[in-house]
Amino acid sequence: MAECGASGSGSSGDSLDKSITLPPDEIFRNLENAKRFAIDIGGSLTKLAYYSTVQHKVARVRSFDHSDKDTEQDHEPPYEISVQEEVTARLHFVKFENTYIEACLDFIKDHLVNTETKVIQATGGGAYKFKDLIEEKLQLKVDKEDVMTCLIKGCNFVLKNIPHEAFMYQKGSNPEFRFQTNHPSVFPYLLVSIGSGVSIVKVGPGSWETTGLCSALLSTGCMSEPCQAQVETEDRFEWIGGSSIGGGTFWGLGALLTKTKKFDELLHLASRGQHTNVDMLVQDIYGGAHQTLGLSGNLIASSFGKSATADTEFSKEDMAKSLLHMISNDIGQLACLYARLHCLDRVYFGGFFIRGHPVTMRTITYSINFFSKGEVQALFLRHEGYLGAIGAFLKGAEQDNPNQYSWEENYAGSSGLMSSSPELCPTQRPRSGTFDLLEMDRLERPLVNLPLLLDPSSYVPDTVDLTDDALARKYWLTCFEEALDGVVKRAVASQPGSVDAAERAEKFRQKYWNKLQTLRQQPFAYGTLTVRSLLDTREHCLNEFNFPDPYSKVKQKDNGVALKCFQRVIHSLDALGWEERQLALVKGLLAGNVFDWGAKAVSDVLESDPQFGFEEAKRKLQERPWLVDSYSKWLQRLKGPPHKCALIFADNSGVDVILGVFPFVRELLSRGTEVILACNSGPALNDVTYSESLIVAERIAAMDPVVRSALGEGRLLLMQTGSSSPCLDLSRLDKGLAVLVRERGADLVVIEGMGRAVHTNYHAALRCESLKLAVIKNSWLAERLGGRLFSVIFKYEVPAE
Amino acid sequence: MGAGRLGAPMERHWGVSASSVREPAPGGPDGRRREPLRRRANSASASAVGASASAEGVRRDRPGSYSGATSASRQRVESLRKKRPLFPWFGLDIGGTLVKLVYFEPKDITAEEEEEEVESLKSIRKYLTSNVAYGSTGIRDVHLELKDLTLCGRKGNLHFIRFPTHDMPAFIQMGRDKNFSSLHTVFCATGGGAYKFEQDFLTIGDLQLCKLDELDCLIKGILYIDSVGFNGRSQCYYFENPADSEKCQKLPFDLRNPYPLLLVNIGSGVSILAVYSKDNYKRVTGTSLGGGTFFGLCCLLTGCTTFEEALEMASRGDSTKVDKLVRDIYGGDYERFGLPGWAVASSFGNMMSKEKREAVSKEDLARATLITITNNIGSIARMCALNENINQVVFVGNFLRINTIAMRLLAYALDYWSKGQLKALFSEHEGYFGAVGALLELLKIP
Repeated sequence: MAECGASGSGSSGDSLDKSITLPPDEIFRNLENAKRFAIDIGGSLTKLAYYSTVQHKVARVRSFDHSDKDTEQDHEPPYEISVQEEVTARLHFVKFENTYIEACLDFIKDHLVNTETKVIQATGGGAYKFKDLIEEKLQLKVDKEDVMTCLIKGCNFVLKNIPHEAFMYQKGSNPEFRFQTNHPSVFPYLLVSIGSGVSIVKVGPGSWETTGLCSALLSTGCMSEPCQAQVETEDRFEWIGGSSIGGGTFWGLGALLTKTKKFDELLHLASRGQHTNVDMLVQDIYGGAHQTLGLSGNLIASSFGKSATADTEFSKEDMAKSLLHMISNDIGQLACLYARLHCLDRVYFGGFFIRGHPVTMRTITYSINFFSKGEVQALFLRHEGYLGAIGAFLKGAEQDNPNQYSWEENYAGSSGLMSSSPELCPTQRPRSGTFDLLEMDRLERPLVNLPLLLDPSSYVPDTVDLTDDALARKYWLTCFEEALDGVVKRAVASQPGSVDAAERAEKFRQKYWNKLQTLRQQPFAYGTLTVRSLLDTREHCLNEFNFPDPYSKVKQKDNGVALKCFQRVIHSLDALGWEERQLALVKGLLAGNVFDWGAKAVSDVLESDPQFGFEEAKRKLQERPWLVDSYSKWLQRLKGPPHKCALIFADNSGVDVILGVFPFVRELLSRGTEVILACNSGPALNDVTYSESLIVAERIAAMDPVVRSALGEGRLLLMQTGSSSPCLDLSRLDKGLAVLVRERGADLVVIEGMGRAVHTNYHAALRCESLKLAVIKNSWLAERLGGRLFSVIFKYEVPAE
Repeated sequence: MGAGRLGAPMERHWGVSASSVREPAPGGPDGRRREPLRRRANSASASAVGASASAEGVRRDRPGSYSGATSASRQRVESLRKKRPLFPWFGLDIGGTLVKLVYFEPKDITAEEEEEEVESLKSIRKYLTSNVAYGSTGIRDVHLELKDLTLCGRKGNLHFIRFPTHDMPAFIQMGRDKNFSSLHTVFCATGGGAYKFEQDFLTIGDLQLCKLDELDCLIKGILYIDSVGFNGRSQCYYFENPADSEKCQKLPFDLRNPYPLLLVNIGSGVSILAVYSKDNYKRVTGTSLGGGTFFGLCCLLTGCTTFEEALEMASRGDSTKVDKLVRDIYGGDYERFGLPGWAVASSFGNMMSKEKREAVSKEDLARATLITITNNIGSIARMCALNENINQVVFVGNFLRINTIAMRLLAYALDYWSKGQLKALFSEHEGYFGAVGALLELLKIP
């Protein structure tokens, strides 16, 4: 990544206003390679978008090369690892106050080196105002884009690509933020944009016929890889109404009534006021009788109804509060009326009136609930402020077909949700700390739902919502903090030849530590907090500092050791009777799963006892009956006809995949079941990657005729998951894998390991048989589940008829 | 709600807001605080407590029932049921801001009758009919008087009187002083104040109120008044060319086939009812942005003290200095959305700027407040009409009293945004229907 913090070095300060310091390591990263700019200039905030490429180091594995100098027979590695540079695409978004615009443009001009870009897409009310400035500073031609078109394009983009983008806000409930999982059929929806006025827009295929077709398409998983035509229908929208009572009314009328000039200050006033001093309530009219009548006396009968008097002074706070209620209620009421007219039950809210302000999200939510009697959901967006910039960018990048790809929020490079909320930091809004960032990585392959999910719209990958569960949150945050030293050490050790590894590792530590602290304060900062998101954030941070695969050497060694044991293990399995062998295979899978550098309890053992072996691991396992034990049912099933095709998600390198998974695979193959073995596309901890799995399979095939013929005949297929996470999100899987699963008619899914089968997917409902197995290598979690360290989960499920 | 309403098939939810709005009284201004809509509250609410359980579904006791009546009053009630009630005949609607009182003055009194007429009754009749103002705040809307009306076989005139709700204690005191309770009359009252002041009527005036549902009364009153006309003229009217001051004309409208009808009652707040027949209606929604909001905000923004004053200022102001129009943003029409340049994009939107705040007059602010509230009511009414599939919309309530600007704007907005599909109708006795309904209830006129 480019650290374009050059402004700190003596010479470059010239064009920057000295009073404005741009946080150098943080913003406008990767500017050198930037191309395609877009800018959205609102009333007070500017959002800049650019597309850039990032050079990463990646560890590549290559099948044994005999010219390799390592000739030590006993420790001959099974393959070689080389570190290469890889270029990936990334979208950068930066949000800052309009006051910085000139400084920012100068900064960009100074750092933009070899771009071929000639045009900048601009949207937002301020685009006209700053047009000349932008053209002069950047020497780019400003192309003005329609505000609403950009907004819709941006909205569709985040809803599709960011899993926990939309949320409901319920003040005082726990958690206050309820994130929605991506709904596969989001269209059509209502978007209510509350700027100075209110626009109400219906988004998506307009006619009911098209809508039906579209949901059919979406439910088959086409959503993540839409054809261009489909994107065009999705981006279609209709302005169905509006209202002049909006954010400008709150601001303008508020300024008149309270002499308070700033929007944020008005909101702050409102959050402290008592509207009942200004509004005429039902109880003011009915006296005490509203109770016997069953009326809610607190309902507002007439906004500002008590202010019609010359002899009372009203406080600024009370008036601001009354105004806020009046406007929020009115907007909510109109939104409900439009939703009803168009038969829609979800309304997304955006615009500066909403923009992350808990106060307005609260009153709008209240109003929607009230007027719709709970039938309409008010939803907000984490990246609402960026929609215009994202949309303008997409508009300009149409020939790159950004919608053909799947994208992923980069947790390392993005600020969290409420970074500029006045309520969370009411007093200090530091002049230089107001840069908010969003970065999105382009994934090389499109991601779709696993076709075997029972109900994609209700699938939630994560088992525990840490935003919901304070106890678990505390535990896991601490756990990740405590593990940080080890991760840093491992990262440094993985790059012995690098001079700056220690320095980068230190930066990684700082970054991840800060993320953890942010999450302690705002657990909802990146959507629902889960063990998965904590793990993924760590991976993103490691990548950010060029530690693409700290475990590559460990995995290499573990794979080498395990491969040497393969034949012996197969031998002893083959010597067993059928029934005994089935249990031994399952125990092997479980014992293999003990070898996990990601689990602290295990990595301690492995560090201190390098000889710790497969047999010891088996002894560590809990005896049957296991904590969750449907083995008998599974055995019974095995006595029946073979499965047609099994999809297996593998976990760790080394013993796990080689001595646990492969023998199991081999048995399935022998039964006549085809097997798809799915491994991560990119590295995460010591999980086996797709490219490693190819080599491992090749080596096993060389030893074992069953595997060899299955590979040769296409009965054993190695596939990549599309993921680089130690966990598994079945709604974001590589499209090639999904297609294959459908083609082969997979009727058994095996998910292995804590990350994939316990932290995620433990409750996942599938349309076919499934086996979820894991060894609990964390005593806190084991205890929570009612077991002990090394308890076993063996969950065999058959879908209801 | 009338007795028996609970199980009735229609769903009405809340009460209506009542009608009146701020009418200032003659002597003084006061009209201000009035009328909040009573139970309608549900309208907007947002208030704090978990008010969201909306009102519907809520049990209400039936008005129309004489709670805790003494045996004497029960007798009275009994006799009422059998024959027509004794004079005086009143209908009372006690809103949050204004009290509306209708009084039937019999003109066919025989000499014999006159002789028998007790002194207190005579004095009430003389007092009400010989004055046009009562105390410093009570007003008789002489121009609304309905002449030669036949009610329950009696001929007479119907008088329309209003005074601020905050003078309710004085009214009750007067009842006591004039010894109303000796008349064995029944006071039929609707509006939230029927509840709020019930106890005072009883303990101070020794008067038993018959509490009536305000929505029932409102609808009854409108239908009745429309049926009797306005002294030979039409009660209901509409505007032709409402946007053109030269060509704008107020024309009579024949409401002979009223159903279905969307009834928008703009008092301190607003209630919107869908009426399908005389006794099949429901409350669709309501909003707290009503007449009380207009007047309240005007008081805060301009320091005015009466509804008349607020309207008068508004008539001289220019709201386009205060509001941000579509053309202020797009330089003209925003064709993509079919928005004309003159449409308001952001009410009070120009007031975000300090310079513009300094450049506006109080009149401009009053006008903008009026336009904002009126447009919003029009917009909500239009959406309700669409959702309910109704195209006649009748606007009533005291917000519209002497408020031609608002009426014309409603007429224009409804026509423009519905592309001519919706028609805005108005009624001469705009704020008095609840009180009329209460009177009809007293007389058991169906």
